[in-house]
Amino acid sequence: MGKREVQEVNAGSMADIAFLLLIFFLVTTTMDTDTGLARLLPPIEDEPDPDTPPIKERNVFTVLLNSSNQLLVEGKPMEVRELTEATKEFIVNPLDAENLPEKKEIEVEFFGTVEVSKQVISLQNDRDTEYQTYLMVQNELQRAYSELREDLAKRKFGKAYAELEKEEQKAIRSIYPQRISEAEPKNIGK
Amino acid sequence: MAKFRKKKSGGQAAINTASLPDIVFMLLFFFMVSTTMKEVDMKVQIKPAQATELAKLEKKELVTFIYVGVPAKKFQSLYGSEPRIQLNDQFSTVPDIQSYIAQSRDAMRESDQPKMTVSIKADRECPMGVITDIKQALRKAAALKINYSAAEMVRER
Repeated sequence: MGKREVQEVNAGSMADIAFLLLIFFLVTTTMDTDTGLARLLPPIEDEPDPDTPPIKERNVFTVLLNSSNQLLVEGKPMEVRELTEATKEFIVNPLDAENLPEKKEIEVEFFGTVEVSKQVISLQNDRDTEYQTYLMVQNELQRAYSELREDLAKRKFGKAYAELEKEEQKAIRSIYPQRISEAEPKNIGK
Repeated sequence: MAKFRKKKSGGQAAINTASLPDIVFMLLFFFMVSTTMKEVDMKVQIKPAQATELAKLEKKELVTFIYVGVPAKKFQSLYGSEPRIQLNDQFSTVPDIQSYIAQSRDAMRESDQPKMTVSIKADRECPMGVITDIKQALRKAAALKINYSAAEMVRER
């Protein structure tokens, strides 16, 4: 019995096989990352709790969108690009104006006692509003919040909001809580 | 003999291709890992809406998609040209959403169920009526975390 050599597998075609697989994955790959605006819907209530006090008129920022994609903000027509500034002014209420939201003092980590406005943004749309316009309005409202948070982060911590620690972000979020209410569907008209 | 050798070394040296499979394999693994196979056939046409304040939708396994748009050309004779809802691979109506949500929730791990997100992928010209109906159905199905799908806005200014 002669000593048998272990036969070597010919690996020459390995590259071809790998190429074939590579090309297959290259073709089938879709590298889309899904992005979007995240929102939380309110839970459904059969009957509103009678003990809940009604929200005061001055604390509500009413944004209406009609079927021809026009905006009515607090009873006045407005362009979409003006919305962010108006929203920011409403949320902050810098001059403590009578018709802008009330403030309430709360205890926040890192900041101590802070006045936080009791704002609520109410967004209502018509059934015929275009999705893009609706999303644009949502986007502008969100931008108002992110800009305010960004400002505060820069002022307090000297860093961008995204670079802050979890706890610091939470503190800022509790000063500018995002309260966008997407109201029950109704017809607003033309 | 020495003369002979000198002549030979003057020729083109072949590149060593022994490491080629390694390189190819590396690329292959990269694409295998980053690949997401297309899971559904799109039966509706969707031109994504645009926005700037986008958040990334992470953890694909937690996300359920609802597509809204005008049926693709080949389905228009059957389903008309009004915006329709597509769940999984088929056209559906608003009442189907609740069972669809329940189904996809059951398919998830129990620990993941509260984190379930529903992504609404709607065409940008779609009227809000359909979407409002979907939102109401989602509220009834207790799927409250939603995401309005949008692409990064291309600024013209």
